[in-house]
Amino acid sequence: MALAAGARRQQHETSTETKKTLLSIEKITKYFDEDLAVDNVTLDVRQGEIFALLGASGSGKSTLLRMMAGFENPTEGRILLEGEDITHQPPYQRQINMMFQSYALFPHMTVEQNLAFGLKQEKLAKDVIIDRVQRMLKLVHMEKFARRKPHQLSGGQRQRVALARSLAKQPKLLLLDEPMGALDKKLRTEMQLEVVDILENVGVTCVMVTHDQEEAMTMADRIAIMDQGFIQQIGSPVDVYESPNSRMVAEFIGSVNLFDGQIIDDQEDHMTLHTDELDADIYIGHGVTSSVDERSMLFALRPEKTLMTRERPEGDYNWSSGIVHDIAYLGGHTVYYVRLPQGKIVQCFLANVERRADRPTWDDPVYVHWASDSGVVLRS
Amino acid sequence: MKSGRFSLSVTIFWLGIFFLYGPMLMLIIYSFNASRMVQVWAGWSTRWYGELFQDQQLMSAVGRSLQIAFYSASTAVVIGMLASIVMIRFTRFRGRTLFSGMITAPLVMPDVIIGISMLLLFVAMAQSLGWPAQRGMLTIWIAHTTFCVAYSTVVISSRLREMDQSLEEAALDLGATPIKAFFLVTLPVISPAIISAWLLSFTLSLDDVVIASFVTGPGATTLPIEVFSQVKLGVTPKINALATIIIGVVSIIAFSSWILFRKIDQHNRAAARMAAQG
Repeated sequence: MALAAGARRQQHETSTETKKTLLSIEKITKYFDEDLAVDNVTLDVRQGEIFALLGASGSGKSTLLRMMAGFENPTEGRILLEGEDITHQPPYQRQINMMFQSYALFPHMTVEQNLAFGLKQEKLAKDVIIDRVQRMLKLVHMEKFARRKPHQLSGGQRQRVALARSLAKQPKLLLLDEPMGALDKKLRTEMQLEVVDILENVGVTCVMVTHDQEEAMTMADRIAIMDQGFIQQIGSPVDVYESPNSRMVAEFIGSVNLFDGQIIDDQEDHMTLHTDELDADIYIGHGVTSSVDERSMLFALRPEKTLMTRERPEGDYNWSSGIVHDIAYLGGHTVYYVRLPQGKIVQCFLANVERRADRPTWDDPVYVHWASDSGVVLRS
Repeated sequence: MKSGRFSLSVTIFWLGIFFLYGPMLMLIIYSFNASRMVQVWAGWSTRWYGELFQDQQLMSAVGRSLQIAFYSASTAVVIGMLASIVMIRFTRFRGRTLFSGMITAPLVMPDVIIGISMLLLFVAMAQSLGWPAQRGMLTIWIAHTTFCVAYSTVVISSRLREMDQSLEEAALDLGATPIKAFFLVTLPVISPAIISAWLLSFTLSLDDVVIASFVTGPGATTLPIEVFSQVKLGVTPKINALATIIIGVVSIIAFSSWILFRKIDQHNRAAARMAAQG
């Protein structure tokens, strides 16, 4: 699977470093009775960024989001919004708005009334409300549907209304709970880019929760990967994909080939690992600062960086022989499952740049190889 | 299904219909009987309808029953709603299971037991507190409210349980206080259940004879009690006429609400189709 690594994001990566912190989560822990849902999480969300909490169900990401919104009280820790402690503020006093997974549009109100609901609570003047509602409708291209009730809208339209409603009060922070969860696959891809456009337009800071890594990578500036209530890694989409810091992250984001190895040589500018699973040793083009007594390492290699040829690669490092075990043709690219001599199966993506090229087929002997800077070394 | 007009299922269908509606049909026909004797047919007449409206005692019983039913249903719906909110929204409090079990107990309790225990309570209260000084409409109202609360709670709590809780959270999130969120969002969303709970309570109160006859007092004869005592002296065609009117009113209400709901349903489906087409 090829992951879309933030189409619009690259230009932002340098600038976000300098931006100030909007929301601080400080050592937040949450127990539900005896069950630990969120485990000592600390993170900062910067002004203007889209921050994604990514994890499987039950990883605590939704609980964390609900604590930001004020629907759950943390057992321990503090939440600061622009330096102000909001840990125990009720949701109706926070300048934070949320778009719910089910959209939670009020069924007995029209689209207009839904959008005006939050503004009426602020006791704004009538003409201000009307004006703001019109702007919101325009923002999400729903002017024509102002008088409709939610059940008269399609899934995508409902999502637009929900987004507009959560933006209407001009919150300091917008929370999105599985924003694409209720849409079908095709609409989802469309809406991801559109929602990002709208959010950029408004310039709102946003925290989203998702279990879909493609969605997180497409939409977010930074991603926090959560597992069992704990944040495993925070970084840009490129960081978490290309430089995972643990086996869990490497396996969770995309596919990966993992090899257990022992350090043979660890220098300033390179290191070599020995593994029984490959014919040749692994050569890595940089040193790894490891404690002397820890010799056991994990080598992670992405399938699209694993190359496959019929001829034996040159050099003494970074290759192995194998046989084609299985082939999955996916149109854009083909996944080859290559069985190595010791029985391990590695994945290898080949982009189909030619139509009907002459490719290895089932049970053909092949070689897999990779460049010295393609993989990542992890502490096992 | 295809095996001709007199298949087994069709026969059973008509037998069932006759079983349900045969007695009512008899009643309607006999309400137009000219004869005073129920067993004798003496030709068509609307005489008993005229006499029915002359009968002051019966007419005031009708008024009283409607009044009691209205009050009981309204009180029961308010209490039932509060009980449902406590049961569904406040899931963690001591004795919740006991509470939800006990609130629906009157559903399975025989009327006689409810009636006799209410009577004992009222008598004891009158002796010790001096209130209620006399049994009458007030005591019937209280007694009817108690068992109607059980029915309302069942109807309203099932709707409240189905309701997407994030609707309330969305209201809070948009700046409404919990009280405002309840009146602006929760109440409108569960209003169909409140209406049906009210109608159910109203009907049950109107229908009750057992409990009412225990807790009633002088000058507070409800319609069912009145009918029951008149019938003991022999069925008069007046009662048939009254019953026919009640059947008519109920049918009209049921039919018109069916039409209304069907229209709303069709409207919604058309809207959904429109939405699907964009």
